[in-house]
Amino acid sequence: MKLKFGIKEVVALGIGTALFVVLTTVQIPLVIVPNTALQPRMAILAFFAAVFGPLVGAGIGLIGHILGDAIFYGSVWWSWVFPELIVGAGIGALAKKFAVKEGKFNNVKNIIVFNITQIVANAIAWILVAPVLDILIYSEPANKVFAQGMFAFLGNFIIIGILGTLLILVYSKVVGGSNNLEAEE
Amino acid sequence: MSNMISYEQKNTPIHKLSGLTKLVFFILWCLTSALTFDTRILILMIIIGVVIYWIADVKWKQVSGVFWAIMFFMVINLVCIFFFSPYEGCKIYDSRTDILHLFGNYTLTKQQLFYEFNVFIKYFTVIPSVFIFLVTTDPSELASSLNGIGVPYSISYALEITLRYIPDIQDEYHKIKNAQEARGIEMSSKGRLFDRIKNTAAIIFPLLFSTMERIDVVSNAMELRGFGKKKKRTWYSQRPLVAADKAVIVFSVAFFAITMIITYMDGNRFYNPFL
Repeated sequence: MKLKFGIKEVVALGIGTALFVVLTTVQIPLVIVPNTALQPRMAILAFFAAVFGPLVGAGIGLIGHILGDAIFYGSVWWSWVFPELIVGAGIGALAKKFAVKEGKFNNVKNIIVFNITQIVANAIAWILVAPVLDILIYSEPANKVFAQGMFAFLGNFIIIGILGTLLILVYSKVVGGSNNLEAEE
Repeated sequence: MSNMISYEQKNTPIHKLSGLTKLVFFILWCLTSALTFDTRILILMIIIGVVIYWIADVKWKQVSGVFWAIMFFMVINLVCIFFFSPYEGCKIYDSRTDILHLFGNYTLTKQQLFYEFNVFIKYFTVIPSVFIFLVTTDPSELASSLNGIGVPYSISYALEITLRYIPDIQDEYHKIKNAQEARGIEMSSKGRLFDRIKNTAAIIFPLLFSTMERIDVVSNAMELRGFGKKKKRTWYSQRPLVAADKAVIVFSVAFFAITMIITYMDGNRFYNPFL
């Protein structure tokens, strides 16, 4: 697979990251678990990864997390930066399959494939990589970081599953909408 | 956003350093902070951080909002650590000195307090480098400095676009949010979870679509001007390295090397005062 990184990807990476950073402070608090929130910016990350591919996805995850942390919290929690990169790259890896820009995302199969991809990417990122990095870098207690990772996984899985899927679905319909031609059998 | 950290033009020795120098410092400083758990080094880093603040003439007002946010976050984090693993410190420092029995299986120990103190200051050591970098580095110089350390210019340019468009997109976000609230969409944390996701979507959808349009406009403009046609690119804002830059770079590298030697000399990265 040849990775394309043209002007469109440069700009998508730039402006997509800006959008990701702006949405850092937009959070939907969960009532059941205190101090956790759904992050709509994860849906944006999934959207850009699915539309523009793994490089843009990974870049938005990496740069967006560092900048968002730095600008709003004045510090960078490094162990959670790299999982974000994995989510972006993971979802982006199958971008060609989703064919969002061609308007082909609107079938059940693609939606299921997208959601399986995001579950796998999120699981690797938050249940495995984030806690391990937390232990390696910050020497935090294992049971605490794995519990945190579990919640992060659930939160991101929910928000990407609902909001991310909807965003891609609607966008795919709009951009692919002008082309209703079908190949003749 | 009131408590956002952003660049401010001033005339201090730190503002005069090249972006490249500050980037090297930032990376090495974060790396040191990530790798070490040596209390002496962490405290030294905080002292150096305070000195840098003083030189860079950072006003307390610029950073106080963010500072309290971090404090709040850290307190919760430290309490969490204690409840999940009250004897983590004893494991790390291989000894146990009880101070106070709280309840059930929870006893406050000196080692745990010391360990959590380390976690706390470790987090704070990163802050000066982040602040200094964001407050004293001109965004457009940042791109040129990234390119200067070998990052492809398309990536550097993407980062410059990010910094350029954050305020614009933020404006747009507020406009859309106000418009949706005027239409009666509830944005507070009341209501059921699904309703709250739906209400957030009412902002995200228009915001995302206008962003996608913006991407088209900007990439067309860049294409018209021939972006990406050549392998190299020059920068208006690039500054040559002067003696002060070289001194800071040498200091950063030396500091990193020496702290690593001190940290790992005794075989692990913790400084253990209990032995």
